[in-house]
Amino acid sequence: MATSTPRGRPLSPHLQVYNLPITARLSVLHRGTGMILVFGTILLVAWLGVIASGSQNYLFINGILASWMGKIALIGFSFSLIYHLCNGVRHLFWDIGKGFENSCVNRTAYLTITIAVALTAGIWLLTTL
Amino acid sequence: MSFQTPLARAKGLGSAKDGTHHFMVQRLSAIALIPLTLCFVFAIIKLVGADYQTVVAWFKSPFNALLMISFILMSAWHGALGAQVVIEDYIHCESMKIFLLIIMKLATGLAAIAGVWFVVLINLRGGV
Repeated sequence: MATSTPRGRPLSPHLQVYNLPITARLSVLHRGTGMILVFGTILLVAWLGVIASGSQNYLFINGILASWMGKIALIGFSFSLIYHLCNGVRHLFWDIGKGFENSCVNRTAYLTITIAVALTAGIWLLTTL
Repeated sequence: MSFQTPLARAKGLGSAKDGTHHFMVQRLSAIALIPLTLCFVFAIIKLVGADYQTVVAWFKSPFNALLMISFILMSAWHGALGAQVVIEDYIHCESMKIFLLIIMKLATGLAAIAGVWFVVLINLRGGV
């Protein structure tokens, strides 16, 4: 426990120098995108509230969404959603005991991140062109 | 009335006292969210930035309204379970952990209720 470590005592370097394998990186990303999506869902409900409240407010929120900050938020939300979906399917396969071999775990890791990035980029290219 | 001995009950429930319930609901909502998310993404890319009449017209369809309500309820539920695990994993101060869990559950619960209410409102009343 962190609380039982005496102050000032040097820790052996671990997380700072340890090069995380791709599986660990994607695991962290899964949690991170999950947390983004919780806030994203609340913002989605806020967007619905604006639609329900009338066309004037909707025009205002459309202006925010069209700005570069709105664009970044939307791209971040869409990537988080698509990545969490793809990696979630990977997790569901693990839950039924499939795909645990080292080679398979690494292959699906690269496959997942490739599909997630390609799908996000594809959607944005298709909708903005 | 339970016919289980306390030991049998404890064996099935673990230290958190709710057994596999959290795990199962997390997976069940995940499975439901696969088709819902695909439909949601397909729909939302046409709606974001569209003019007011187009968006309201989309919500007028009962199928679309049902899709949006299902997506929000499942997302809020799945998200609450996920955020609970994250808070339990990283917040070690007991009082802060309980405080954040309460805030998180209330916020996701309110988001779910508000989401359903807004979709019903747009569907029944249309644009204002």
